[in-house]
Amino acid sequence: MSDKSVLTGTWFMNGDHACCEGALAAGCRFFAGYPITPATEVAERMSRRLPELGGIYIQMEDELASMAAILGASWGGVKAMTSTSGPGFSLMMENIGLGICTETPCVVCNVQRAGPSTGLPTLVAQGDMMQARWGSHGHYEIIALSPSSPQEMFDFTIRAFNLSEQYRLPVIILADEVVGHMNERVVIPPAGEIEVVKRRKPTAPPGEYRPYQPDADGVAPMAGCGEGYRIHVTGLTHDERGYPGMNAATQEQMMERLIRKIRANRDSIIRTENVFLDDAEVVVVAYGISARSARHAVQEARAKGIRAGLIKLETVWPFPEELIRSVASRVRALVMPEINAGQMVLEMERCAGGACPVRMVAHHGGALIPPAKVLDAVRKALKGRP
Amino acid sequence: MKIRKPSKEPPVHPKDSLLRVERIPHIWCPGCGIGTVFGAVMGAIQKSGCDLDRLAMVSGIGCTGRMAGYIRLDSFHTTHGRAIPFATGLKLARPETKVLVVSGDGDLLAIGGNHFIHAARRNIDLTVICVNNLNYGMTGGQQAPSTPFGARTPTSVAGSPEEPFNFCHLAAACGAVYVARWTALHIRLLTNAITEAMQKRGFSFLEVLTPCPSSFGRRNKMGSALDTLKFYHDRSVIRNGIDPRDALLDYDNQIVVGRFVDIERPTFTDNYEAVNLRHAMPSPEPERPQGRRKP
Amino acid sequence: MKYWRKPLDEAAAGKSRGEIVVIVDRCKGCGFCIAYCPRGVLRLSSGFNKKGYHPPEVVNAPKCAACHFCEALCPEFAIYVVEPDTKT
Repeated sequence: MSDKSVLTGTWFMNGDHACCEGALAAGCRFFAGYPITPATEVAERMSRRLPELGGIYIQMEDELASMAAILGASWGGVKAMTSTSGPGFSLMMENIGLGICTETPCVVCNVQRAGPSTGLPTLVAQGDMMQARWGSHGHYEIIALSPSSPQEMFDFTIRAFNLSEQYRLPVIILADEVVGHMNERVVIPPAGEIEVVKRRKPTAPPGEYRPYQPDADGVAPMAGCGEGYRIHVTGLTHDERGYPGMNAATQEQMMERLIRKIRANRDSIIRTENVFLDDAEVVVVAYGISARSARHAVQEARAKGIRAGLIKLETVWPFPEELIRSVASRVRALVMPEINAGQMVLEMERCAGGACPVRMVAHHGGALIPPAKVLDAVRKALKGRP
Repeated sequence: MKIRKPSKEPPVHPKDSLLRVERIPHIWCPGCGIGTVFGAVMGAIQKSGCDLDRLAMVSGIGCTGRMAGYIRLDSFHTTHGRAIPFATGLKLARPETKVLVVSGDGDLLAIGGNHFIHAARRNIDLTVICVNNLNYGMTGGQQAPSTPFGARTPTSVAGSPEEPFNFCHLAAACGAVYVARWTALHIRLLTNAITEAMQKRGFSFLEVLTPCPSSFGRRNKMGSALDTLKFYHDRSVIRNGIDPRDALLDYDNQIVVGRFVDIERPTFTDNYEAVNLRHAMPSPEPERPQGRRKP
Repeated sequence: MKYWRKPLDEAAAGKSRGEIVVIVDRCKGCGFCIAYCPRGVLRLSSGFNKKGYHPPEVVNAPKCAACHFCEALCPEFAIYVVEPDTKT
């Protein structure tokens, strides 16, 4: 890896730029995108940085094309990503499904803004959480990470690439306008200290290799284009050879594989930061930029003698079901602030299963949730007031 | 003369080496022209003698989209309309690979029309073959951007009220470096044209008119697939080198076929490298005029 | 076969130069090969293949000029011509 790909040092940069640097440090050498606020800065930096690293930046005609192009590049053997925001994310949905069905590693960074429709292009929201989970048609498992700072934009983008290579699927970064646009300290470690997962290649010779026959971890090694395997890749339901099979049995076999490779590896995929959980009476569960409001509120609560805890979701999908279930059984309430009218809180409610009350701090977007509101919700939760 | 029975040693068709024979017979209807075009594609590949590991096929959705599933190459059957952007990513990531895009008229020029014009504009090094059967065959023959004015389809029972595209004119206007139109009956000319198109650097485009007896022909009194081939045979006029805007598809009079465009133009990759190389070079000090310096 | 002029090599061309091979069960009976054989070598057989189509049969083998047009036109890759000198 050339020296220029990892800008080791301490920087003051915004989240979008940090995302770009994370991608380059992870080995991304192809970016296809379309300008959209507030994700444009990822593309702008990519357009400057990729040519000097021998990579390709291409500005496509729309987000449908951007998503299709990164899938093509990935099969060409190059790590690829795109970045967008709500309207563009909507346009990418069909080809995200193609990426899932064909098990194509790539990264999609969605710097969320308020919707629906054009909404508030320059202002923050967290309204695409469920779209990231279920936005493409059909049933599938997905991985999504939610950074809450420019530093995490850097770190999580690297992790997104690693997860996408390891589990062969598009991995989504659910950032937001504030994380994308705020400037903060970003520490980029030396290249040697950055863990980069390489694509697992088949060991079987052409003729014996079955492109969708999984290894023990549930993931199949991936042969790319031009490697002599004469692969066939299709978004139709396909068997282990990659050939279409228009019947329920093939569908079942394929779906089982696509679902199992994520569910069976949940423990290594899911990451949370748990603060003050041991003695907490009420736990705030938060992600992305709202996790910063939550952290502030929890610290204030502790200062006031309230036994509050924090679960910061680094991985939002898959959802940390087991953790929430066990915490719900021993606390008096769970609180979730999010900049939407109730998305991840539904998942939390499901996992709590009535073991404790679940309270949300909703916001329709355009601004951050003030910590005082979270603190207020914590207080009310303890008192059992509505 | 021999008609070999399957019980004996299986015969090996000259194109079997390029076919995923385990998937044959294919899904196309009897008399469908896609198989013929597919044969021409394989013939052109064999004729070109190119390294098969440096060749890939990308297709979209629809009848023609299935071609990628039958060719024994690295082959990608993508989403409806998105074959070209997928191929763009593949080609740019793997420049040494020749990428063929094969898809139908609806796929490439209705849902995928935006990608088509921009790939031609950028001059991405792709060979795009559009199998034009004048309708959406896979879904039962609905009206497409190629359907002739007045033609009957399940979504235009009174006759299509729309004027169709002249795909060749469109491709040329957007900057394609090679543009040709043939019918499935012009099999040798078509095979040569595919070979020529594959040798071009840049966006080359071939339109092939094919019979769709089950969907389009049946509703438009075109008879069997054989009758459609005869219709093409009778009406087609070869006019190489004419301005593609004059290459009309007038089914009542004449169907103009031929090679309309064959030019050279820098590809996206040529320009990308040139521009970024120039950008990376330090710009020279601007020259000062000599002898006018004040003391 | 009608010619608009008498070919100079008609006598030589009359000789069989190819052996037509039909992969019967691939055929879907479109008849392209029969209609476009310049020498009228093929006809639709009365028998059925596995899928229920009538494949072509060779009725005038000596006339085959090995032009491979049937092979090129066949949408099913069900017919091809073997030339004696290239036969393996």
